Amino acid sequence: MERIPILKMGEFLLVTIQIDMHDRLAMTLQDDLTAQIVKHRAHGVLIDISALEIVDSFIGRMLASIASMARLLDADTVVVGMQPAVAITLVELGLPMKGIRTALDVEKGMLALRGAITEAGKDGDASGIR
Amino acid sequence: MRVVSAESLEIRVSDDIVLVRQAVRKRSVALGFGLVDQTKIVTASSELARNTLDHGGGGRALLELVDNNTRAGLRITFEDQGPGIPDLDLALTDGYTTGNGMGLGLSGAKRLSHEFEIWSKPGEGTRVSILRWK
Repeated sequence: MERIPILKMGEFLLVTIQIDMHDRLAMTLQDDLTAQIVKHRAHGVLIDISALEIVDSFIGRMLASIASMARLLDADTVVVGMQPAVAITLVELGLPMKGIRTALDVEKGMLALRGAITEAGKDGDASGIR
Repeated sequence: MRVVSAESLEIRVSDDIVLVRQAVRKRSVALGFGLVDQTKIVTASSELARNTLDHGGGGRALLELVDNNTRAGLRITFEDQGPGIPDLDLALTDGYTTGNGMGLGLSGAKRLSHEFEIWSKPGEGTRVSILRWK
């Protein structure tokens, strides 16, 4: 079965969405990612959508629910690399992705996650994985 | 308005939504749409194709290259023989949803298009047309 790979990068998980996602693949990603968060005790998830040419309300909703699920599992999510045309379209569509933290690229996303983890005082916990 | 060329696509399973997106992308690139315009029409088509599948039980998308003598455009019509929409005004309201979505499909697609037409009759089906000019 087709799957989106989830990479472990230090204390974070990195998901790079590179293909035009169909609905079933999106559901599989939710299952896989939540399992990996628990398995690796990850405190942060980076979702790189720089290769996504569109984000419709289905994919937007999926990103929002991944962020909510991760939050319940004690992990923060940052969506990185959104294309400018996608941002323009999302706002006009009426989906401003409230509650989803974004960053311009993976590097800035990692900085944001580090900041979030330090703020929440999880640093000592995460250092064992680093 | 003259129809220059047309192509019909079936929407039966969720993978067909991806095929509709790809076909709309291809046509809008061929028409010379800029990246933002391409993204808007592809996103609007994706929303409507999903409506056709989820609410209409499947149907088809008709992609047409149109011309009104001064400019060219891309029109996509989504048709199903599903249960229809009893209250169109309500269905076009932001946030109104019958399913588990956020109710942005119709109103969002309308905002992303230059022209928008909808026809629906309970028990007969729904037809939604969007058009974006170059």
